[in-house]
Order: sequence, then structure tokens, then C-alpha cells
Amino acid sequence: MAYALEMRGITKSYFGNTVLKGVDIAVKSGEIHALVGENGAGKSTLMNILFGMPVIHNTGGFEGEIIVDGQKVEITSPIDAMNLGIGMVHQEFMLLPGFTVTENIKLNRELGRPNIVSRILGKKFELLDMDQMAKDSRQALDKLGVDIDEWLPIAGLPVGYMQFVEIAREIDKSNMRILVFDEPTAVLTEAEAELFLRAIKRLAESGLAILFISHRLDEVVGVAHEVTVLRDGEVVGHLPGSEARVDKLAELMVGRKVERPALPPRKKEPSDDDIILEIRDLSVDMPGERLSGFNLKVRRGEIIGIGGLAGHGKVGLANGIMGLYPSSGTVLKDGEELPLNNPKEALRRGFAFVSEDRRGVGLLLDESIENNIAFTSSQIQNRFLRQRLPLESLQVRDNQAVRQYALEAIKNLDIRCQGPEQPVRRLSGGNQQKVCLARALALSPEILFASEPTRGIDVGAKSLVLDLLVRFNRELGMTVIMTSSELAELRMICDRIAIVYQGRLVGILSPDASDVEYGLMMAGKKRAEVS
Amino acid sequence: MKTQTAVLPRQRGMDVSLFKKNAVPLLFLVLCVLGVMVSGMDARFLVYEVLTRFARNSFLVLALLIPVSAGLGLNFAITVGAMAGQIAVIIITHYQIKGLAGLAWAMLLSVPFAVVMGYLAGMVMNRAKGREMITSMILGFFANGLYQLVFLFLVGTVIPMKNRSMMLPEGVGLRNTIDLWGISRALDNLWRINIGGIWVPLGTLALIALLCVVLHYFMRTRLGQEMRAVGQDRHIAEVAGIDVDRIRIIAMIFSTVLAAWGQLIFLQNISTLNTYNSHEQVGTFAVAALLVGGATATRASIWQAMVGLLLFHTLFVVSPQAGQALFGIPQIGEYFRVFVAYGVIAVALALHSWQRRSR
Amino acid sequence: MVERFQEIKARLGVPRLIIIGFVLALFVTAFATGMPIGPLVSASLVRIGMNGTLVLAMVPTIAAGVGLNFGLSVGILCGLVGALISMEMGLRGFTGFFAGILFSLPFAVIAGWAYAVLLNKVKGQEMMVGTYVGFSSVAVMCIFWLLAPFRNPEMVWAIGGQGLRYTLTLDKYFGKVLNKLLLVSIGQWEFPLGLLGFFGILCLLVHLFFKTKVGMAVKAAGANPRFAQASGIDPDRTRTVGVILSTVLGAIGIIVYAQSYGFLQLYMAPQMMGFPAVAAILIGGATLRDARISHVVLGTALFQTLLTIALPVTSRVIEGDISEVARLIISNGMILYALTRRDGREIA
Repeated sequence: MAYALEMRGITKSYFGNTVLKGVDIAVKSGEIHALVGENGAGKSTLMNILFGMPVIHNTGGFEGEIIVDGQKVEITSPIDAMNLGIGMVHQEFMLLPGFTVTENIKLNRELGRPNIVSRILGKKFELLDMDQMAKDSRQALDKLGVDIDEWLPIAGLPVGYMQFVEIAREIDKSNMRILVFDEPTAVLTEAEAELFLRAIKRLAESGLAILFISHRLDEVVGVAHEVTVLRDGEVVGHLPGSEARVDKLAELMVGRKVERPALPPRKKEPSDDDIILEIRDLSVDMPGERLSGFNLKVRRGEIIGIGGLAGHGKVGLANGIMGLYPSSGTVLKDGEELPLNNPKEALRRGFAFVSEDRRGVGLLLDESIENNIAFTSSQIQNRFLRQRLPLESLQVRDNQAVRQYALEAIKNLDIRCQGPEQPVRRLSGGNQQKVCLARALALSPEILFASEPTRGIDVGAKSLVLDLLVRFNRELGMTVIMTSSELAELRMICDRIAIVYQGRLVGILSPDASDVEYGLMMAGKKRAEVS
Repeated sequence: MKTQTAVLPRQRGMDVSLFKKNAVPLLFLVLCVLGVMVSGMDARFLVYEVLTRFARNSFLVLALLIPVSAGLGLNFAITVGAMAGQIAVIIITHYQIKGLAGLAWAMLLSVPFAVVMGYLAGMVMNRAKGREMITSMILGFFANGLYQLVFLFLVGTVIPMKNRSMMLPEGVGLRNTIDLWGISRALDNLWRINIGGIWVPLGTLALIALLCVVLHYFMRTRLGQEMRAVGQDRHIAEVAGIDVDRIRIIAMIFSTVLAAWGQLIFLQNISTLNTYNSHEQVGTFAVAALLVGGATATRASIWQAMVGLLLFHTLFVVSPQAGQALFGIPQIGEYFRVFVAYGVIAVALALHSWQRRSR
Repeated sequence: MVERFQEIKARLGVPRLIIIGFVLALFVTAFATGMPIGPLVSASLVRIGMNGTLVLAMVPTIAAGVGLNFGLSVGILCGLVGALISMEMGLRGFTGFFAGILFSLPFAVIAGWAYAVLLNKVKGQEMMVGTYVGFSSVAVMCIFWLLAPFRNPEMVWAIGGQGLRYTLTLDKYFGKVLNKLLLVSIGQWEFPLGLLGFFGILCLLVHLFFKTKVGMAVKAAGANPRFAQASGIDPDRTRTVGVILSTVLGAIGIIVYAQSYGFLQLYMAPQMMGFPAVAAILIGGATLRDARISHVVLGTALFQTLLTIALPVTSRVIEGDISEVARLIISNGMILYALTRRDGREIA
């Protein structure tokens, strides 16, 4: 049987950085083809190529070919894709809340009836034929097998129903043949997800080719006829649905050989006898990274890694404890309870935070390096202030002390810059990150949260940042809690790695545990269930 | 900018939500009733005054509806449309075209000016997404400066014009007030009937009704649907293939043209053009009237416009006498109505952004 | 040469270049038509000192991330109340001037706080809400002026003895006290050192404020609220500090303005007084997110010089007073330019 869609030898690089290497994927009509992979594996780039997004063409295009129904095609804009019958159901809903289901399904494809005015002034002045529009919408909804009133407004519909309206909009387009779902079930409840999976099976049976992107492995295993696994821009596995098992897929997704460098020794090894931080039943309401009922004990003086797939809440941990997102539960530092939702108190009690959102949260981009470094410490500890006035908040900045400390930090952390007065906006990502680290260091913290410390910086700078974390740990005895999407780097410097799944701790692994163990745990399977 | 339309929980009892939904007009209804009672004003005079004001201001308020539905908020820049109307009226007065023909010519002449100005205003709005309202207000002030430059300094120097009765004695610049006797009440007197001693300008009212009908159907055309889509969420509309910037410009053009005509209807009733002031407060008063009717910066209906016009102008008429009756100082009433106009805008805007943030 | 011009153009921006060109052209015209330059400059200096403090009031709100303070009239009204109390008590000269400032402070702090609480609830629409809060406060105060319990016969209307007059003469109170302080004359040139010095001191104080712990926090939270939060700062609090400071400066500013002008203007007069101040700081190079003392000084100097010399110079060429129209076009054009610039996107 011929393929509805084939992508052959797709290679793409952004500014010399190769993100896709010779990717092949082929989908038949009537088939559900799952595409799985970690964040950054290249799934979205592949879809951007398929839909001819401007970001691809503005960065030099791609290599390889796209074949639809046996014909080689050029897709240079989303409209080309639409005309070829390729549709996409977005992860965030593209629905207008004030419009009815019908109006949304027919958005910008409305049916109109001509009148006198429209004959003179053009089609734009045709009155809408709401009844016919509703009939078409009904048909599309029926095809999905869902019972939603086509006259209801979107606002107030359950989230799952919105997803169906989105799909109905795509299949209402008469030429639709290939439908792409981008993480469709991420926002659905379990019951809704089930309904949804049944609907896409129906769609496939009606002859559509379906490309299903997901990192929820269990549901992939349930519905897919074919599974392709991407890792670091390469296809690392291609299995028929019957052979796909969760642990196998997880292993393929995250597996990567790492060599753990020899780290400097410590006088005293961290142990469970000396707990610096105990987290009990912590819930953090951070959109997209929720934690619920998270428990963990952190040993004094260790580097502990927090790993897990994107969206499961690993980033929520640091943001919650630092008081940046609403949280509840109990956090004990040295046995004493830390008040939650209070950034100031967390900083005072010896926590420091290097945010995953470096440019958004981590830095004052238009301020100088020295001001960035000194800021938090001057606010929290009254450091770098001239203590002349009794009224603390009116004490003036001590320029000399700031300069001196900044120069030291620039030297110590090897921040490449023109001088302490340079605005941080003009620094490279790696050097910006070092400024963030210097700011945290100025607080002399006992516990340092480093969230995605190497995200978006080049390879050389990555290892420098990791080295710094090790130095903070070994030389200053700082306890480091490091969150990263790159399992490899966690395994390089951490003593232990805690894996988060759906907002909870699944287990703690040693850095030299096998890939299979990591894969399983990231898919939510505890070690006990493995054997 | 995700969701702009109010999401009302469906489950709640009808009576509660009806009251809540109409809290603003109800509050003003109470104020009006109190004002009327305190002022002890002659009922016939009151009705006549309110009716007259309703007839001459309706178009200007209705001109605000389209930009609201297209997500541009309250278009304070209808002053620009008013200026276009005034330019047209100055032209026909200069050429002494009188009566209904004069008014018709003025309406026709105002269109090209209004279209160009509306287009420019739309371009400015597209560069100020997310802060359209403040921009439209400042745009009105700015345009006022240019208008004054033209009619105070350029007329008679750069723009050749000689007309004793309209121009300042020096021969440069227009007089502060220009008598519009030529088109005075041209529309109002076209068809008016006497009901219980009150002259009702049926012709003007019919024109207003016609505009309401047209607006109603316009919102149900393809273009209207696109405007509503853009008004709810620019990003989603864009993804669906709608040319958002273009739609917004069209909305501004429509609004400006309607405002120009509105100002002409206003002027034929007043019969005098305050060359440099007639347009200044147009935006504020129209916006205030619309908001009194219960509209917000993202939702406004024809009914809200009508109700708001009646309430706002009733309050406007009775305030000075109520001030006189309560404090013995009529100015208090005058300042009170100024306060109402500004205050209702402040409160409505505050409530609006408050609601939007809490969602 | 061309490159150098391009660089200047990029740094100053087109509208600012036009204004600078305009000012230069006016001076050239004055020179060419044989007008004495001295009095023109002297008058400009007075106008700079007179308006500078009101422009300075824009700095705290912009730095705090609230944007341009279109509701400056809130502060101005507080200043008027302070000045009126000082007059009612019959205080004269510098005593009257400083008493006026002192009396206005509590009002300004309280009003500024209330205004800030409101602005914190309407983030994203501060400028629009601020404008209309200012307008409606002016209207409310109109009623207050009518009913206020002032009894000084020189302040209330002669007939009825109730309600303040539209314009109050300050001759006997604190009119021109700063203008006359340290007024140095050299030939035709006059330098109001006292007035400019007062403005300078206030600039210095504001500058110093932003070097203090709380000042740094205000600035940081204005530039990046999420950064500030992560450093243990409550951005709502720092915004409140910024708005109160701006309101206080507005109150002081109107008293300085009034003493220079010689009159206290009540009723609808304060309604539009915030707008020239907004325009001036923008002319000086501020944006919706970035304002410095240098912008205040440069902007006030350019704008006020332009307005001061426009009338006498242009009246030699054109008939009629074009300066009022020029003020409208330039100030609103400048604000419009700032609103439609691509930077400072999030603030409305």
C-alpha cells in the first residue's frame, strides 16, 4: 500500500547546529503513526518543516524531500500544507471563547448568502448562512462520535470537548487527508483521553493518515500502528505497534552513553544521617510543571539531580520552594519549617536560586554585570550598602564594595566581559549564566537550586558551568539541587538523581544505573515493578 | 489577550446575573430618578431636552461600536471623525450650499476625509497594540493640534480662502464660531411631529434606527464575523488566516466615517460651529454615554448605546438644577456631570482591566 | 560625515532631531531679525525651573514600571490644597512657600497611596486609567473648591463669600519667591539661580533615591518584576513607592510652578497639566520603560525653550499666537511617537 505521507532524509541545522539528521518517516492512510522523543529531540522542527513554517525558510531551509501520495511536493508556507490536505491539531487551543462551536469550526471558512450589498461591495458583505454552517459542523462532530451541541459557546465547555472542536475544524476541511496531533492528550483528564483515543481510531478507520506526537508512552502503546523514536535529531528506533513496549521506548528515548569524569573527593561523604532539607507532600502550582505530593530528603553537602520528562514537574520544585509559584506542603531546613510562598524568607534562610528562565527571571538585562551580581545580596542581607543612615531602606549603595566584589567574581568564575559595567544583555549565554551564579554566590547560600543551568548555552560553556557547580559543592560545601532535562549532565556530576513523574517522586537512582532503569522510571515505573 | 469576552457561569440564577449584568445602568437609573426628583424640572422640558440630545448624539455613540467589537477598545479618536465632518461643513458653508442638499453634500464630502483619517488612525492603532485606548485619546489631541494649525494659520495664507463672514478680520484663520444657518436643523425639520406639545424629530430618529439595523446586519456578514474574531483574539484570528491588521484598519475607517456623519447631525441641530471646540469633547461624552449603558471596552451593543444615551443625557440635563436645589450653587451640578463623564470612564476601565487580570 | 549624522540620528531619534532643529531655527531667526537673545534665554531659564519639577515627577513611575504618569493631576491637586492652606493661614514669602509644600505632603502621600493601590489592580492599563482618575479627581475637586471652608476674603468670591475664585493672586503670599532668589543679572541676561538650584537639588535627591536600597528595588521591579520577585521584592510595593514619590513631586511641582507664575489656578485648570510634563520627559529621550534625570533636564530645557521663544520669534513672521498650537502638536506628537514605538511593549 502506498504511503500518504513520506518524509525522506530530512536534515536541518540552525546556525551550524544540526538538529535533524537524515530522518525518515512514512505514514499510510488509515494508520496511526506515533512519533515519540524527549524535548529537544527534533519533533517540533520536523513538524515545522512539514508545515513550511517561516522559521525553517528564514534559517536556510532543509535537506531531504517530502512526498505526499507518491508525489514529491514543495511546502513553503502553512497554506501549501493546508492545500495538500495536511492539518494540525495544536497543543494550545486555537478557539475563540465567545464564538459558538459552529462559528469556531467554520472560522474564516464561513458560508455566506449573497445579497444586494454584497453583489456591489464584494463577498465580505454576504450574510452568514448559520444553519448550513451548523449542519456541516454537526457532520464533522458526528464523524468523531462526540455529542456536543454545535450551538454552544466555547467558553464553559470542558477542556476535552475543546480538543474535539479543534479536530472537527480540521476534518471539516473537505480535502483533509493527513492529520497531525501535537501532544494532544497533555491537557486531558484520563476519561477524556480515552474518549479522544477512541475518536482518533475512528478517524484512522475512515481513511485518514494520522501522525501522533507524544511523550506519554503508555497511550502511544495503546493506539499506534507504527512507532518512530527520535533522539538528538536522529531516528533511533522504528517498531510496529505490536512490538512497542513502554520500557523499550523509554530506553530508546533517553539512552545515551556518558562518561562520568573523576570528581574531586570530599572530606566527608554526604549521608542520610545528616539531612539538610526535607520536603514533605509538596505541591506547586506552576503551569505546565505542576508538582503534587512530592517528597524528598536532601543530604547535606551532596549534589542531587532532579530529572524527569518535560511537563512532569521537575522544574516546579525549585520554583515552589523559592516562593515564585503558589505552593503548599512542608519544607524543613535543618529541621526547621520554611514558610512557603515567601521568596524573601527562603533567601534569608540560606537558599539561592539560578532560574531556568535566565533572561526572564535570572537577570536585569539592561543593568551592568556588577549591579546584577550585587542586587539580591544587597536587598536580602544589606550587603554592599553604606551603613550611614539608621533607616535601612535609605542606605546608599557602596559602589566600591560592589566593584571589588564584581571584579573578584569576574576573575573567579571566568566571566568573559569588557568589565563590570557592561550590560549583561550583551554577554553570551554562558557568561550570562555565570553572572547568575555569581549573584547566587554573593548570598553565600547553603543550598543552591540550579534549574536547567546549561540550557541554551554552547557546549564549551556547558562544561564550565558544570565545573563551577562542582567547585561550589566541593570547595564551599554548598548543597546543590540541580534540575536538568539532560540526563547525561545529571549523571556526570550528581551523587544521586531523583526522577519526577506526574508531579511525584518515582525513585532515586545512582548516576551509574542502567539506561533501562532510567527509561522505565521516567515513564513512571518504579524499580519494584521492573523485576 | 487570551479571552476578552466575559465568561458567565451558566448555572447561576437568572435574576442575580441579570441584576449584576446591568448594575451600571441600574445605578445610573437611580441617580437619574433622584436627579429628576430633586431638580423638580418640568417634565415636558426634560423630555424635550433629552430627546433632542438623544437625536443629535446617537450617531456619535453608535460610531464606537465597531472598534469595540474589533478589539480596539473605546475609540476616543472619533474626534478625528468629528473633524472630518467639520471640514465638510466648513466647505459647504463657504460655498453656501444650503438646506438638506447642503447637509447631504457635507455628508458626502466628509467621507473621503474620514476614510483617509480613519486609515491613518488604523495604522497608528496597529503600531500600538495593547494600548489602543490611550493612543486613540492622544491621537485625538494631536489631530486637534493639526486641525487648529490648518484653520488658524494655513487658511488664508497657504490655503486660499476669502470669506468675510467666516474668517477672522485679519484675513487669516477662521472665526471661533461660524453660523450654520444654511443647514440649520435641515434634517430635524425634514419630518417632525408634535406629540403632546413636544416636537419629535422623526427624520433624525428614523436615520438612527436605520443605522442600528445596518449595524445589526453588518455584524452578521463575513466582514463582521471577522471583526468579532479579531476582537476576541488577534493571535487565533491570525492563525485562522484572517488579515488582522487590515480588519482593524477597516474598523477604524468605518468608525471615523460614522463619527463624521454623527458630527454633522450634531451640528445641524446646534446650528453653530465652534470651530475650535465643537469636536473636542465628542470622544469623552460618547464614550461615557456608552459606558453608562453598561458597555465595556470589549463588549458593547446597540441597546447599551441607546440606554446609555438616555441615562447620560438625562443626568446631564438635570444636574445643574439638582445642584442648585441641593446646595444653592448650580455650578456644583455642572461639575458633577463633568465628574460623571470622567468618573464613569475611569471606573469602567478599571473594572475592565481588573476583571481581565483576575481571569 | 554621513555616518556621523546617522549615528546621531540613531541616538537621538527623528522627532528629537526635529525639535532640536526647530529650536535652533528659532534662535537663528531671532538673531537674523535682530532680536536680543539675552531676554529670550532668560525667559527660557525661568520656564525650565518653573516646569522642571513636574517633569521630574515622571521619573519614579516610569522607573517603577507603571509608565507615564498621566494622572499627575492627583499630585497637582494635593499641592494646590497645601498652597491654599498656607494662604488661608496668611503665611508669606518663603515661609508660605515651604509651608505650602509641607501641608501638601500628607495629602500627596495618602492620595498617592490610594492611586497606587488602584493602579496595581489595573496593570496593563495604568496610563488610561491614570488619565481618567486624574480627570475625575479634577472634577471632584471643582466641587470641593466651591464648598471648601476657606474664609480668606482674597481667596473666595466677593459675592456670597462662598467658594474659591478661579485664579488666586500670589503677590502677597509666596509669588516669585524662588524666581527672585539669587537672581543674577548680567546686562540683558538674567539667571534665576535660586529657581534652577531648587530644581537641581530635587533632581539630585531623586538621583540619590535610586541609589538607595529601596530605590534600587523600585528600579529593578520596574525593569523586571519577576527578577525582583525572585530577589524577595514585592513589585506591588515598589510600584506603590514609585507612585507616591511621583505624586509628592507633582505636589511640590505645582507649588514651584505657581510661585513662578504668580497665580494659583483652580477648577479645570489642572486637568491637562500632566500632559506637557509627559511630553517633556519623552522629548528628553525617555521611553515608556526608561527614564533618567538627564532626560528630565534635557527634555524640559528643549521643550520649554521652544515654547518660550516660539511666540516672540514667530510673531515677527506670522500673525497670531502659534505657540499654543505648536505646544499641542509637539507634546501630543511626542507622546504618540512614544506609544507607537516598538519597545516597552507590555506597558500600556
